[in-house]
Amino acid sequence: MDQKTKITISDLNLHIGKQQILKNINLEIPEKKITVILGPSGCGKTTLLKSLNRLTDLYPEMKVTGNIMIDNDDILHTGEDITRLRQKMGLLSQRPYPLPMNIYNNVAFGLRISGRKKKRFLDKRVEHYLKMANLWDEVKDRLKDPASALSIGQQQRLCLARGLAVDPDIILADEPTSALDPISSEAIEKKFVELKQQYTIVMVTHVLRQARRIADYVVFMYLGEIIEQGTAEEVFDNPKEEITKQYLKGTFN
Amino acid sequence: MRRLRNIEEKFFRVLMFLSTSIIVIALTLIIVSILYKGLPSLTWEMISQTPKGGFYFGKEGGILNAIIGSLYLALASTILAFLIGLPVALMMNVHLVKHKKLVNAIRFFLDLLWGVPSIVYGAFGFTVMIYFGLKTSLLAGIFTVTLFIIPIMVRGMDEVLKTIPRGLMESALSLGSTSSEISYRIYIRQVISGLITSILLSFGRAIGDAASVLFTTGYTDHIPTALNQPTATLPLAIFFQLSSPIPEVQNRAYASALVLTIIILIISIASRYFSKRYQKNRIKN
Repeated sequence: MDQKTKITISDLNLHIGKQQILKNINLEIPEKKITVILGPSGCGKTTLLKSLNRLTDLYPEMKVTGNIMIDNDDILHTGEDITRLRQKMGLLSQRPYPLPMNIYNNVAFGLRISGRKKKRFLDKRVEHYLKMANLWDEVKDRLKDPASALSIGQQQRLCLARGLAVDPDIILADEPTSALDPISSEAIEKKFVELKQQYTIVMVTHVLRQARRIADYVVFMYLGEIIEQGTAEEVFDNPKEEITKQYLKGTFN
Repeated sequence: MRRLRNIEEKFFRVLMFLSTSIIVIALTLIIVSILYKGLPSLTWEMISQTPKGGFYFGKEGGILNAIIGSLYLALASTILAFLIGLPVALMMNVHLVKHKKLVNAIRFFLDLLWGVPSIVYGAFGFTVMIYFGLKTSLLAGIFTVTLFIIPIMVRGMDEVLKTIPRGLMESALSLGSTSSEISYRIYIRQVISGLITSILLSFGRAIGDAASVLFTTGYTDHIPTALNQPTATLPLAIFFQLSSPIPEVQNRAYASALVLTIIILIISIASRYFSKRYQKNRIKN
């Protein structure tokens, strides 16, 4: 890859009890591209994504070994403040979890906790990021309404705006469109393609067509192992491994 | 086969109907008997005056001392138990999320404490009082009742905090929140109606319990004006009046029970109103 690397994962292993969830993951994720992690359910995609911002910490039964370097920070063994590390990575989960507060405060929350509290500044930022997530026009007249009143598709875009507002470098997306209708899904996909100008995007999906539409790089995982990785053209047009071919053809079981 | 299933369905329907009826009838009977015996004795004098000489022999006076005393005691203990209990419940569900075994051990001990009869708390409070050379007083009562309702408060709040989906915490962490920000800015908002329910439950226990205040707050005919004075409480007022052989005084016990029921009713309605009001931001699971 002549591309600059943002995240380097080396020899990452993850166990729950005796079961091995991730096996010797070695992966380089390029900067300002969309990297799609593809694979059938239960292959460890989501776990891999969660180890990137150490949400695995929440599950004491998970034992993680290996190294993950982000911008030369060894995040698994860093003495650095974990909250600051996480702030560098926005997360979009399978279904949106807006915060239990109004729409405005959902976006302003991340800014407030990082110490930026001036109302005029917040107003501007909130508007900016809601526009960035294509939500502004729908909510500008009801910013004080609870976020829970929005539709799921709108909530997911709100979560995107909220994540962008803390100014991350990386967007981690865990099947971000799986709970959404086709129109909202398309909006998120389009947004991702725009956002890769500024952000490194890592997306987990099991929707093959979605991966084909937006991926620059593809990582194919199966049973906790990386089977194949490369540019979208390489993996989709000339898969090397038999298992990848089967999965792409849909004859896989 | 189909007939068997129909019979089974009918059997359980009847069973559930019966058990529901038993509960409803029993509760109605209690309320009716309180109303029937208490309402005639529930005069304005009863709730606006302290006992005068000969009150316990059927002469004039009221139970204002016990009403005020119980409210002081229950309000103060509920506030204290809330201030102590909320951080504990949040810590169990946010900060200690990685320490499942420890949290389960805490839950187990709180459940044990919940099961300890309140007379044991009363005895414990009494021992501590003697150690510090305190006399029966409002302060000693507040201390004992607070201890007694903390397990109820913490486990109540813990149960509602447990229902918050893990995804909300993951989202909040990804925004760079610390555990305390998650606790006090997000989790509290999400479960505020459940927290109010826990507070109400604890308040109900605090105001209705007789055994824990028997040795610790004592009893007096005066309204307390300081924390170190003995204080009358409604449950004990009911107890003393009910043990009187004079029918008139016994009826006043029912009037006192009615007052206690009305206080709890008012608190319930108020808490329902407030929990509805603060529920609008809640994210549905």
